[in-house]
Amino acid sequence: MIRRLFVILLLLGLGGVFAGLVAGYSPDDTLNLTARYYADHTAQDIGAANIVTAIIVTYRGLDTLGEVTVLFLTAAIVGLVLAQSRRKADAPQRPLPPSGELLTTGTRLLVPLILLLGVYVFVNGHLTPGGGFQGGAILASAVLMLLLTDPLLRIGHGLIAAIESTAGLLFVGIGVLGIVLAGGFLDNRILPIGDLGNLFSAGAIPIIYSIIGLKVGAEFSSMLATLAETEDL
Amino acid sequence: MTPMLIGMSLLLAVTMVVAGVLATRPSQALSISILAAGLVSLLASVQFLLLAAPDVAMTEAAIGSGLTTFLFFFVLGRIRGGDRD
Repeated sequence: MIRRLFVILLLLGLGGVFAGLVAGYSPDDTLNLTARYYADHTAQDIGAANIVTAIIVTYRGLDTLGEVTVLFLTAAIVGLVLAQSRRKADAPQRPLPPSGELLTTGTRLLVPLILLLGVYVFVNGHLTPGGGFQGGAILASAVLMLLLTDPLLRIGHGLIAAIESTAGLLFVGIGVLGIVLAGGFLDNRILPIGDLGNLFSAGAIPIIYSIIGLKVGAEFSSMLATLAETEDL
Repeated sequence: MTPMLIGMSLLLAVTMVVAGVLATRPSQALSISILAAGLVSLLASVQFLLLAAPDVAMTEAAIGSGLTTFLFFFVLGRIRGGDRD
């Protein structure tokens, strides 16, 4: 009873805090200084039609490298922890029920389309909303559908690790190339900027975002594959 | 924001709260909870779209409502020994 009262009090307090925030909120009429700089300079300096992508990949590229590193560490730790309970190769496997006609046919139809959408999202990251992280997650959801249909499906860890490490090395390599050829780490102007709105524009951004997409997709897929290989509980 | 946008946002918010309560009720099937949690994420991504943040909306739709929901179902199938479907 006291616990329930405490929970209600806590909820009321949270509600009060949020109500105060809403009451004191007034939208800005103009962009602030940083946002104004991004809005004015992205088109001619970076050449990306999507300003969010220009900020994530170029202006704040180092933060993105940090995010990718965090995701890599997470995938590595998940793999390390789950490796303790990996199923032995000769362990008896009890028969699984068939996964159903709807799921099987749906997967067969949807997986190529989902993969295509994921690639589209990260290749067009500098033109349309979305980018490497979203595209990578979409790629991984295709892998997840495959695993849902056939839980005994085994995906080669060698392939995933090769994609992931190559992508990581290329990402850092392009960043270092930016120091050598252009203005600084992860500068996108190592390639010509091109015309605003074209697929081949914005310098190295499409390449960097494709690398990030592949890396994120490989990391999520490796987590899912490791999860699928654990012993039944 | 126009009144129509505010109305839609309010409708979304109320539906999200209802779905959130539905997801945390202890006396129901786990699969309903997972679906309700996925619904919260899906509606949140629509809300982000209304607030003119399509990049965030895409992340929320891909990870929050797509990957997480399917991952929960996958794990649920594993710990129950595959006796559902």
